Amino acid sequence: MAHAYTPGLRVAALTVVRKARRLPIKGEVLAKKGDRVTADAVVARTHLPGAVQLINVASKLGLPPEDLPSVMVKKDGDPVKKGEPIATTKGFFGLFKSQVPSPCDGTMESLSTVTGQVILREPPTPIEVDAYVDGEVVDVLPGEGAVVEAFGTFVQGIFGVGGERTGEIKVIVAGPGDVIDEGRIDASLKGKIAVGGSHITWGALQKAMQIGVSGIVVGGFDDPDLRRLLGKDLGVAITGSEDIATTLVLTEGFGEIAMAGSTFELLTSREGRKASINGATQIRAGVIRPEIVIPMPDDKASAADAVAGHGGGLEPGSVIRVIREPHFGRLGSVTDLPNELQVMESESKVRVLRVRFDDGSEAMLPRANVEMIER
Amino acid sequence: MGTLENIRAIVATDCGSTTTKAILIKLVDGEYRLIVRGEAPTTVEAPFEDVTRGVLNAIREVEELSGHTVLDGESIVHPNDGGDRGVDIYLSTSSAGGGLQMMVAGVVKSMTAESAERAALGAGAIVMDVLASNDGRLPHQQIERIRHLRPDMILLSGGIDGGTVTHVVELGQIISAADPRPRLGLGFKLPVIYAGNKDARPEVAKLLEQKTSLFQVENLRPVLERENLGPAREKIHDLFMEHVMAQAPGYDRLMEWTDAPIMPTPGAVGSIIETIAKRQNIEVVGVDIGGATTDVFSVFENTFNRTVSANLGMSYSVSNVLAETGVDNVMRWVPFRLPELEVRNRIKNKMIRPTTVPQTLEDLKVEQAIAREALRLAFEQHKSFAVSLKGVQQERTISDAFNQSASGGTLVNMMDLDLLVGSGGVLSHAPRRQQAAMMLIDGFMPEGVTRLAVDSIFMMPQLGVLAEVHEKAATEVFEKDCLIHLGTLVAPVGATQEGKSCLRIEGTLPGGRTIADDVPFGEMRVIPLAAGESASVKLTPSRGFDVGAGPGRVVEATLTGGVVGLMLDTRGRPFKLPSDEHQRVEKLVKWSRAFNAYPEI
Repeated sequence: MAHAYTPGLRVAALTVVRKARRLPIKGEVLAKKGDRVTADAVVARTHLPGAVQLINVASKLGLPPEDLPSVMVKKDGDPVKKGEPIATTKGFFGLFKSQVPSPCDGTMESLSTVTGQVILREPPTPIEVDAYVDGEVVDVLPGEGAVVEAFGTFVQGIFGVGGERTGEIKVIVAGPGDVIDEGRIDASLKGKIAVGGSHITWGALQKAMQIGVSGIVVGGFDDPDLRRLLGKDLGVAITGSEDIATTLVLTEGFGEIAMAGSTFELLTSREGRKASINGATQIRAGVIRPEIVIPMPDDKASAADAVAGHGGGLEPGSVIRVIREPHFGRLGSVTDLPNELQVMESESKVRVLRVRFDDGSEAMLPRANVEMIER
Repeated sequence: MGTLENIRAIVATDCGSTTTKAILIKLVDGEYRLIVRGEAPTTVEAPFEDVTRGVLNAIREVEELSGHTVLDGESIVHPNDGGDRGVDIYLSTSSAGGGLQMMVAGVVKSMTAESAERAALGAGAIVMDVLASNDGRLPHQQIERIRHLRPDMILLSGGIDGGTVTHVVELGQIISAADPRPRLGLGFKLPVIYAGNKDARPEVAKLLEQKTSLFQVENLRPVLERENLGPAREKIHDLFMEHVMAQAPGYDRLMEWTDAPIMPTPGAVGSIIETIAKRQNIEVVGVDIGGATTDVFSVFENTFNRTVSANLGMSYSVSNVLAETGVDNVMRWVPFRLPELEVRNRIKNKMIRPTTVPQTLEDLKVEQAIAREALRLAFEQHKSFAVSLKGVQQERTISDAFNQSASGGTLVNMMDLDLLVGSGGVLSHAPRRQQAAMMLIDGFMPEGVTRLAVDSIFMMPQLGVLAEVHEKAATEVFEKDCLIHLGTLVAPVGATQEGKSCLRIEGTLPGGRTIADDVPFGEMRVIPLAAGESASVKLTPSRGFDVGAGPGRVVEATLTGGVVGLMLDTRGRPFKLPSDEHQRVEKLVKWSRAFNAYPEI
């Protein structure tokens, strides 16, 4: 293949991170281009149309649908209060009137002389979008939101759960191969983003959620524990909206896998800094990876690698991570990219590469089973 | 594109959810043949977010492997120069970006709503949900569902022409109240197709014209006894091209390159399966097991059915197979011990890194175990969907008096099935064809006498779209280069104790060899019979077993061979695996050895 694109996760010490902060439906943008914002600053606001109530007024009053307009007290667009009549019959000589009260506060939306139904819309729900990261508004998307730019450290994970949060980075293990167990979680971590090594136990995660740890960044986690956390087997990797107290970001995958040394060192060097974390993951159709953004505006002037490359081809010297058995999780560098297809133990004929691991050993692997560590 | 007679070179691509495949077809000695195939990761996602990057990479691999020049920089060279430069036709199918995702609505769940579902599936869509007046949900729950799912389009049906308008207008009110937003494009109106009672058109227009992009077509069930799915399907295709594709990254450019509209992948494969059934006048089941979905196609009693099982697949959706079937059902096909934690973590790692391939034999076996369950689940869904029209009154004779079957029974009759065709990465790229045969047998459990075949290199989608513009080329390549005949399977229906008599096979093989074999219950065997060869055999099932003519009745047939051979499966139907782990593993190993499915390590 002339250009062997290999997907990879981005780990950048200093880079420009741009986040489009969009409303789900059109609304009002509060931020202006050039504004300096903190992560919790509201940049756009809108109102989600309220829930809808369908009431079969014709049937409640025992009338044919076409007679509905003659009994309606409220017109399309009128506000209504809960319990207030929306329709009433004339009765006999003003007596024995039947009424249909509104089941909720809201607005009359429409009525149908075909179905006899009246649609009431409950009050709208306000929705606000915050900046998520400390940075500068570099673009305004009229009616939709704003683009916030931050300068700093950016680490992509492979999988996560839980939504957007902020907190101070705190490394709680001695090395990237260490496990986070219950003993490493204490009350001082409340509101912080704890960085671990190769794995977090179920007990430790539970304790972190009880204490109110904002986020955990760790190499691996076990699938049965994810099942306990979500209360179900996760079928498709679309996450981010879980109602959990602590956002969890895995940098390597499922199982006990040491965090890549460079990632661990980078996060360690940022200890004490404020970071934004998001566990949202979507593997297909517009991929979204979980992430940690650590703004470092004070380093902006000295940064030479601020606009690092993104994606690309494998070449000898490329640093890779193995992402499938039998060397899953190991890091190494590419030494050769033979052109010919090779037969694996499974008898599959695939394109391969030769890799040298950190301990000096070498292996031949399918190109599909490695990912580049992008910087 | 020149005239059909002058077509010398064709390139077709399929942009799958995981990989983009390209094939080069050329006219060689007066017939169309596959020359080479290329593959590259699909690039609909970040960092490229442009599907054409993956297409160019796959085509470049074709160029490198064939020496035929297709590209000049980043454009396709048209036309072919009579030699090794340029192509006359370029076509593409796509299921990248999640394919076409729809919601359908109809008045009665088992009638118009089901017809609407059939129309959407027939157009190659994933049906995210089916709304019906009688689906048991309250209106606000239906509204929430529409808002939450954000489909690419909605198909609204309901009522026969001249029938009641009230219920279909109620559904229109629900869609209108939901004020639905499309998945792609914030400032763009969601396409809604109305294909219901024609008398309700003005009311539906009043409700939906302002809030959605409304299109009205002929009723898809104008009378109770007849479906008219064509107009709705065509409109879905048009809107898929105009709205959904146009919004996906890079498709506007790809659409400019192709010589015919881009087809949804399931639509293209279905078209090929339907063609096989029509040409040979046989009953066919086809399956395409992909990364995100598994699509099943069948033609029984001249009725074509297609189901797209969203979220049953081997990469992005592999974890959903586990969630749907449970870890025990996956593990029952694994011929060695593996802790549950290990299985679960491996499957999740495949889900989050979907493009990896099994390097070890152990990993391959686990992956093929999951494939068996994905195939089985997708086929179960298909069987429950491929039914005759429901709600139709049937005239019954006195002989039917004791037959209580209602209308709407499944059309899928495994005993009548003539040909089972498998396609998709895990089947087409299995290192040994025997593995594909075993996955098909275990996933579908064919009964009686059934021919098995597999798509050689996973190119049925491209041939499906090619059949739309050049049927001769598509047919020639399909018959000569695409369809690999695995052989014929004989599987008696019935059950008895292990080792007891089940089937006797007698006959003459090519070259005068004879066979006379008694196969006890619980075995898998293979008799060598190459592709192109056939054998006249007499199949005598033991008492209580059926190979097609009824319990204990003899069947005399001419069976065709294939790359695997004549396959005998006396494991019984319904099939049961031993519950004891030791016995189960022993059996799985024995059956794989009989098929020579895996290398001995």
